[in-house]
Amino acid sequence: MTGLSARGARGAGQVADALRWVPRTFGLALLAFVIFGPLANLVLWAFAEKWYVPHVLPLQYGFEFWGRVFAPRGGALVSLGNSVTIAVLTVIAALALAVPAGYALARLRLPLRGLVLVVFLIPQAFPNLPVYVNIARVFYEIGLNGTMTGVVLVHVTHSSVYAVWIATAAFAAVDPELEQAARTVGASALRAFVDVTLPLALPGLAAAGIFVFLESLDEFTGSYFVGAPDVMTLPLLLYTAGAGGNYQIASITALLLMIPSILFMLCVERFLRADVLARVGR
Amino acid sequence: MRPPMSQRLLALALVLPALLTILLFFVAPLGASVTGAFSLDGDFTLSNFGKSFELYSSDILFTLCIAGLSTGVIGALAVSIGGYLTLGENPLAVAVLRWLYRWPLFIPFIVVGQILRTFLARNGLMNNILIAGGLLTPLQTTSFLDWRGIVIAFVWKQTPFVALLVAGAMASVDRGTLEAARNLGASRLRILLEILLPQVYTTLAVGLILSFVTMMSVLSVPLMINAQSPTMLTADIAFRINAYGDYGVANALGLISLLMTAGAAAIYLRHAARERAR
Repeated sequence: MTGLSARGARGAGQVADALRWVPRTFGLALLAFVIFGPLANLVLWAFAEKWYVPHVLPLQYGFEFWGRVFAPRGGALVSLGNSVTIAVLTVIAALALAVPAGYALARLRLPLRGLVLVVFLIPQAFPNLPVYVNIARVFYEIGLNGTMTGVVLVHVTHSSVYAVWIATAAFAAVDPELEQAARTVGASALRAFVDVTLPLALPGLAAAGIFVFLESLDEFTGSYFVGAPDVMTLPLLLYTAGAGGNYQIASITALLLMIPSILFMLCVERFLRADVLARVGR
Repeated sequence: MRPPMSQRLLALALVLPALLTILLFFVAPLGASVTGAFSLDGDFTLSNFGKSFELYSSDILFTLCIAGLSTGVIGALAVSIGGYLTLGENPLAVAVLRWLYRWPLFIPFIVVGQILRTFLARNGLMNNILIAGGLLTPLQTTSFLDWRGIVIAFVWKQTPFVALLVAGAMASVDRGTLEAARNLGASRLRILLEILLPQVYTTLAVGLILSFVTMMSVLSVPLMINAQSPTMLTADIAFRINAYGDYGVANALGLISLLMTAGAAAIYLRHAARERAR
């Protein structure tokens, strides 16, 4: 008798457990719709050749617009080239500034260290549109407006907080005793840095570089004021195509911009290990 | 022991190039935007502000409401997501949520604007699906491309960022306290609001302030989703420059948006000081 009621109680528990999946599934499905609905919409637009009211889905799919985007006159190849060139130059410049700065912030006794760390946060802590407006004005006077150099300078400034803060965390996560050991066996300071500390900090520095690359690739406002219309980047092409009502071309450009971002999102933890992540901003 | 002078000089020299870049290409133009707001043809004036309030007072209010509302919604969603990730009892549901919520994190604003412009339009995919599902009739559909579109875009893009920070902070809260409260019969909602939330309050506030600043800076979303009046100040600033080359009013509007973010930061600092005084 008791065995039977215990079995009944267990059965009731299982039913209650199963019932809990109702709100859970509903909530997760709603979230999935909210996140993937718009994303699916973008993919549909990128491959739609015919899509008009009242049809829920496109009537015809194909690569016609892809051909148009990548045709020599489509502008996408030039914009893609510009965007990648600018992003690579931005990464090189940002790391050239951030590696020494990060090392000093992590290892050396720096007066006003906290204040220096905060200074790098400034470009993220103030609305940057007024800044771009004024920088475009100055760049115009000194001939930097509409040049790649001008756009790279704006991107380097904007992404410096990622570069410097992550580089600082990456160097802080490397055991200082390893470098001291190299010094005691006779390596120069520079040699110890290049042969011991730098390789160990490399994954963190790579993460900083990827962050900067994505920031530069996706940056719109600064490029809009400093670069356009002479230096067209992918975000500017996307904006122009969308403003002209050409949603296929805008969606294809958007898809091109999104792929590297999503790839990074899926593997960010491989580059940014927890021991580095925990030290960011310290 | 004080470090030798040479080491401190070396440290300074290593930091200086990066520091100068920020000062030259961000702090100096920021200063120029402040002085520019008070200048017309080289003379000191307040007329830029007069014109700003005359032409754009509804947009100033609109911007404040949109950014404030979005920040509130982002905060509520981020705490819910973080709370479920920390307190959720079903490992499968937690894993699915963890995989799901982060997708918009690295998607650029310009792409978010494009995606939602086509998704939320009157004939967009969202309304089409709702009609096909029998939830709406074609006559009931409306376009969401107004203030609602901007709020949806901001919430869609910024919630994962704040949720990531909040979930990280919640994960480092002592599990023992949580389990003790659970054993004493506290509901999970109560644990979230009374134990977890107070301990991650600083992280949440920092995430929300950074999001608020971001929303005050983003130009692409208001331009792409709702460029008609009333709109965000960022769209007005761009319009002042592109249509009239009017740096005075553009800088005045910029300073007004700066003051709004300073206000948001001040509210946080006052609250934080009161918390500490307790």
